[in-house]
Parts: sequence; C-alpha cells; structure tokens
Amino acid sequence: MTQAIRTTTAQPLPLPEGIPGIVADWSSDQRAFKNVPWGKAMMWIFLLSDTFIFSSFLISYMTVRMSTTDPWPNPSEVFALTLWGKKIPLILIAIMTFVLISSSGTMAMAVNFGYRKDRVKTFVLLLLTAALGATFVGMQAFEWTKLIVDEGIRPWGNPLGAAQFGSTFFMITGFHGTHVSIGVIFLIIVAIKVIRGDLDHERPGFMTGRKGKYEIVEIMGLYWHFVDLVWVFIFAVFYLW
Amino acid sequence: MAQAQGQQLVAHVEGQQHPIGIYLKIWGLLFVLSTASYLVDYFHFQGYLRWFLIIVFMLLKAGLIVAVFMHMLWERLAMVYAILVPTLLLMVLLGIGALEADYTFFTRGVFFLKGLF
Repeated sequence: MTQAIRTTTAQPLPLPEGIPGIVADWSSDQRAFKNVPWGKAMMWIFLLSDTFIFSSFLISYMTVRMSTTDPWPNPSEVFALTLWGKKIPLILIAIMTFVLISSSGTMAMAVNFGYRKDRVKTFVLLLLTAALGATFVGMQAFEWTKLIVDEGIRPWGNPLGAAQFGSTFFMITGFHGTHVSIGVIFLIIVAIKVIRGDLDHERPGFMTGRKGKYEIVEIMGLYWHFVDLVWVFIFAVFYLW
Repeated sequence: MAQAQGQQLVAHVEGQQHPIGIYLKIWGLLFVLSTASYLVDYFHFQGYLRWFLIIVFMLLKAGLIVAVFMHMLWERLAMVYAILVPTLLLMVLLGIGALEADYTFFTRGVFFLKGLF
C-alpha cells in the first residue's frame, strides 16, 4: 500500500509543466509561486488589485458615456493641436503614447542589463526611463492646462457637451498621471541604488532587512510596464473611441 | 558543494534573462501598432470598423507588453493563471455596467426628454 519514493536534496526537485504543474505548485506545501522571488509575486498581486481599480474607472466611464443624453465631446477635436499653422487631430496624445512606449522599451533593457550586472548601463537606462516618464507627466500637465484654461472644461461641466466628459477625464488621467509620477520617483531611487553598488554588495534597502538584489530592477520594471499597459487601454477607450 | 550548486541553480532560474533582440523586436512592433491605432483616428474610420480596429490594436499591444516585457511568457502557469484569470471577472462588471447604462439612458429619455420614447 505505502510506497516510498527516494528523493535527494542535492538538486531541486523537478517541477512538472502544464496543468499538472499548477496542481503541483499550489499543493506543494511550500510557496505556491516557484522560481519567482517573493517581492515579484507581491508586486504582481498589487498590480492585479490596481487592474481592478483602473478597470472600475474605465467601466464607470463607459456607463456614464452610454447613459448620458447630451452629446459627447469629440476627443479627436478636443485634443487636437495647431502645429505650423495646421490643425492635427489628437497629436499630443499620440506623442505621449510614443514617449511612454519608448520608456517601456528602455525599462525592459534596464532589467536585462541589471541581470547582466552591468551597473552603468542599467543606471543610464533607468534614468532615461525616468526622464521619459517625467516628459509624459509634463505633457499631461500641458494638456490639463489647455483644457482647463483655454477650453473651460471642469469636472462638473464643460461648454462642449456632456458634463461627464470632464469628470471621467480628470479622474482617469489624473490617477494614471499619479501612477507615472510615483513611478518616476521610484525609478530614480532604484537608479541610485544601482549606481552606488547597493545591489552588487547586497546591502539591505530603506525600511527593509532584505538583501538588495537585481530582482528589484525587474520588480520596478513590472510596475512601469503596468503604467504603460493602463495607458494602452486609456488611449484606446477614452481618446480613440 | 552539491548544496551550493543546487542553490546557484535556483538563483539562476529566478532571474529573467533573455536576449536583447527580442525586446527590440517587441519595442518596434509596439511602435507600429501605436502608429496604426493613431491612423485609425487620423483617417476618420467610423462605425464597426473603427471599434474593431481599436480593440484589436489595444489587445495586441496589451498582450505583447504583458507576455514579453513583463515576462509572463516565461513564468510558470500557476503564476500566470493566478494573475490573469481573476481579470476575467471584470467582464461581469462590464456587462452589469452596460445593462445599467441602457436602463438609465431609457429612464432619462422618458423623464427628462419627453417625446423621445
């Protein structure tokens, strides 16, 4: 009846793949997320909760836009800019999108060079990501100023049509901009840790006893890519719809 | 000695190390997709074609970012499912929101704009 299986602790136990892998990982009487550092699993769970926050915003935006009886202002015209005497629709938002995607690319490279322990390149790429993020926030500040001062759009109403336009716009882009700003601050903190060699020497970080490792660059990267991911959805459903 | 080797193996597996080329390719693809979604607006596509193109480009971009930049492609399924499956619940919220919006629009039509229905 009983069957003993000989195992050795010299190597890690083999991990099954596919559906049996899910069952084995969750029932393993250890940590469920194999090969994933603790901090990274926690960041993913935070990002899942943040997904629900942004989804709630976007779904409430859908609900108020579908239920309003006033005409919805045309985002293509509201966010147009006059450049060189020509009116180009939505150009500011398009540039912001490209800036954020570029920053996602430099972030991915920073994570890669981090795991290669290339301190200088990781530092430069992290700072470049932070600079692009700050550029994005700056352009958003310009956009808000233009909408509030020039077009008279307020959270409670606007001269272009449905009052819900202002409330959802400031709520959604404001929350996203806050995420970008927090990301820029943390990018600078991680960049300083990298160039000081905190991660090479495994110095514990601020407010934690855990050793510094290059996985924190990847965890930072997860947050930053998430901010870009949210912008993909905002761009599609708010600006293009 | 053997134990040290085993630990090193685990430490090696924990980091996500991939060739730089794949990031550059995905980066380029994201630029192309963003340009395409901007052109949807620029050329004033309307109706179902516009919605279809917007949704397709949005999902492709989101998928590429999550799969490659966030390394979901290389994570174990236990992790992938724990993060991605709960987001499907949002479809329920989406459906409730749409139903509620239709109802509100209808009642607003009846009470605020007499004669619309």
